[in-house]
Amino acid sequence: MANLPVQEWTLLEAARKVREKEISSRELTATILARIEALDPKIHAYITVLPEAAAAQAAACDEEQAKGALRGPFHGVPIGLKDIFCTRGVRTTCGSRILRDFLPPYDACVTEKVLAAGAVVTGKHNMDEFAMGSSTETSFFGATRNPWDVSRIPGGSSGGTAAAVAAAMCFAGVGTDTGGSIRQPASLCGVVGVKPTYGRVSRYGMVAFASSLDQGGPIARTVADAAALLGVIAGYDRRDSTCVDIPVPDYHAAAERPVKGLRVGLPKEYYEGGGLSSEVRAAVEKALKALTDQGAEVVDVSLPHTSFALSTYYLIAPAEASSNLARYDGVRYGHRAEGASGLIEMMSRTRAEGFGDEVKRRIMIGTYALSAGYYDAFYGKAQKVRTLIRDDFTKAFEAADVLLTPTAPTPAFRLGEKTGNPLTMYLSDIYTIPCNLAGIPGISVPCGFSAEGLPIGAQLLANSFREETLFTAAGAIERALPVRRVAPLGG
Amino acid sequence: MAFETVIGLEVHAQLSTRSKIFCACSTAFGASPNENTCPVCTGMPGVLPVLNRKAVECAIRTALATSCAVQRRSVFARKNYFYPDLPKAYQISQYELPIALGGHVDIEVDGGTKRIGITRIHMEEDAGKLVHEGEFAGAQASLADLNRCSVPLMEIVSEPDMRTPEEGGAYLRRLHDILVYLGVCDGNMEEGSFRCDANVSVRPVGQAAFGTKAELKNMNSFRNVEKALEYEIRRQVELIEDGGMVVQETRLWDANAGVTVSMRRKEEAHDYRYFPDPDLLPLVVDDAWVEELRATIPEMPAEKIARLGRQYGIPRYDAGILASTRALADFFEASAAIFGGNPKTTANECVHWKDAVLAGTLSPETIAHAVEDRERGTISATASKRLVELVLSTGKPFRALRDEQGLTQLSDASALDLLVDKVLAASPKEVEGYRAGKAGLLSFFVGQVMKESRGKANPKMVQEVLKKKLGPPMV
Repeated sequence: MANLPVQEWTLLEAARKVREKEISSRELTATILARIEALDPKIHAYITVLPEAAAAQAAACDEEQAKGALRGPFHGVPIGLKDIFCTRGVRTTCGSRILRDFLPPYDACVTEKVLAAGAVVTGKHNMDEFAMGSSTETSFFGATRNPWDVSRIPGGSSGGTAAAVAAAMCFAGVGTDTGGSIRQPASLCGVVGVKPTYGRVSRYGMVAFASSLDQGGPIARTVADAAALLGVIAGYDRRDSTCVDIPVPDYHAAAERPVKGLRVGLPKEYYEGGGLSSEVRAAVEKALKALTDQGAEVVDVSLPHTSFALSTYYLIAPAEASSNLARYDGVRYGHRAEGASGLIEMMSRTRAEGFGDEVKRRIMIGTYALSAGYYDAFYGKAQKVRTLIRDDFTKAFEAADVLLTPTAPTPAFRLGEKTGNPLTMYLSDIYTIPCNLAGIPGISVPCGFSAEGLPIGAQLLANSFREETLFTAAGAIERALPVRRVAPLGG
Repeated sequence: MAFETVIGLEVHAQLSTRSKIFCACSTAFGASPNENTCPVCTGMPGVLPVLNRKAVECAIRTALATSCAVQRRSVFARKNYFYPDLPKAYQISQYELPIALGGHVDIEVDGGTKRIGITRIHMEEDAGKLVHEGEFAGAQASLADLNRCSVPLMEIVSEPDMRTPEEGGAYLRRLHDILVYLGVCDGNMEEGSFRCDANVSVRPVGQAAFGTKAELKNMNSFRNVEKALEYEIRRQVELIEDGGMVVQETRLWDANAGVTVSMRRKEEAHDYRYFPDPDLLPLVVDDAWVEELRATIPEMPAEKIARLGRQYGIPRYDAGILASTRALADFFEASAAIFGGNPKTTANECVHWKDAVLAGTLSPETIAHAVEDRERGTISATASKRLVELVLSTGKPFRALRDEQGLTQLSDASALDLLVDKVLAASPKEVEGYRAGKAGLLSFFVGQVMKESRGKANPKMVQEVLKKKLGPPMV
């Protein structure tokens, strides 16, 4: 059995090794598949593993390369996808019973782009049901465990992707972020996660949760890997009307630029309040020092409407979700309740059986927020507050090039710790949510560990379409604070 | 007590685009079930809508032709409800901010003109249809055909400006003509390309406030709309006169029974939870686009009727028939351009051969030649009709058939002189009788000459020659 030290290689290193024929895609893929087989029973990062398809893809890559053809920058390198991206003929569950056996008839734009770049798709990563959750515990297929401590959650909703990357069960993955679902698990699993600007990555074929907030983005072990992967999946797609037609810059190059003169803003509202753990605060301060040591300047900024972000988010996201998830009615695809005597009973029972509690809770909140007589007070008002939150950022970015904040208030918590109280769970995303409401890009980059050895991430936020600035600042933090890239379980 | 009726109409018109409003599937009618579908219009997880530019152009052109204000920014919303023919469980439809507001259409009533206001025009997608196996009640299964899902529709909402079913019918016909003239809708009511719902209420004459309205649905012809309105007005008046009250509800027209039947009450109305569709950006229309489209607006029916009367001197009634179909009016003008003799005759011919004209089996040359030959006396009216029929059955040119069939009239003066002389010489008694005052004998002579010429003589000329030769009858 292939047994390469893949846990020590980055995505870009692996791609170079294949390109330069140091190793074959077959060997590389076999090693990753062997790691999945050995480790995933403990982690459960995958809902679906594709050993045959991945091996066949790897073999095809090797054959083409022998003839002198390379598919793209990730030729022959194993990458995983959150189980929210449609994959033609490969089941796409969104972590839900209602889509347990759903075989999409088409590929998502992200799927197409990852394949076109030459990547070998290892499988589909576990996630909170319909991306609703911050711990990957709401998945119908069971929770994912944090590779740094399997008694803890990996964060969510892209917890499967973050855990798989942290345990080197793929070189990188693509997740989605509606309120922090890439950045928070990246922080809790000690990897890099990017939420691009809304409109930067096509949403076509990405199962919708909250359409005005959802955005796909990379999760990888290094800033350079994340930058390179974003360069592949970003770009205009006419099938998504909200996708923006502006050129994709060289993100990878941006990760190596100096930060001298960069204005780093510290939004005071993110450091006030009692929820922030002292260990996280200390780690983020180290990240700040890393930046200032390299010549960045510190400016104090204020985002005065931050305290309204969580409640605004929990009106807009469920409202959109209540409409987006209405199509799962048992008529055309997915789960259908057996033995119903009529149409309404069939639909009601299908949805009662097919959705988990958290999804039902949000559908009910969202249905209420859009109801006649309540719309103005809830959804309408939330949209107005959203504009104020966006304006806060616009103003802050006049004074600062990048904002530095914690990604999550605490390191990874234990399984079951917050499932009994949805509100405490929702607070895990308090620092990541405003970014989605504003549509701006954000990144979580590892900046230290807790006393218990759990990873901590720092969040950087930039103005719309300034992902390059994020990679520049995150690259500087990464160089100054070399943290262990692979979880001990995977090491 | 005398009552006044208040009617407002909502027209749903299918836009004549080749592809659907949010995906590239065909809109063709008559495909096998679910043939014209894709992941987008069947609401697969992860799909997104992309707005069809042609559909927007159809709506803007309709707005311009009905004097509406095209909105520079309009928004598509989601209308949420569960039904198996609606795969996303929401219909994408413009709601608060439609593409056009505030226009009007002029109709003719009692010899005058009445202006009917248009409140708004908005775009939306159609739903699919269900086919039930067995009887509807207790059907064994229901099958969904999603071919119509996302077919582009335009809803045109009138002001409550109509006061009689006839006005309602006139407005519908005029609006129908406008849409067909523009080419934005094929106008086919049987296939559902042009559908109408009616809001109708009655109030005592002199009362300013509207009465409680009923919404009528399921009327698939102009005549049915008028009949349904007549029935519903009578029902409401009788209800009030009997001391009852009209309740706000939706009623279905049953064309076979000739009655409207309650479908649902207001309190049973859905809460559709409309909100702007986050998958679509606001639709922004700039002035340049509007002006570009304005240049494509053809002459509208009312203008055309007036111009045809002015330009060709034909009666308003004839102009109205010609203008009822753009193709017929165009045909008339093409014929009149080839032979400009008497346009009234050309108009009559166009109306007479309307079906063939609209079927595209007649050319303007044929009608122009038929009219010209008649006017010049080369052929008779009977021969003209016969020849057009031959054109239709053989496809040969009119004049080739005329010569081939020997249907040319005898219009040569000297030849006619000889014929007339022959007939008069053979009928001395009748000549005497005519001259003695029996003017009616003229037709006898005409008949004899026609017989002698085997039908080819030009009857008008024959009459003239006869009159000249016989001299005035003595009184």
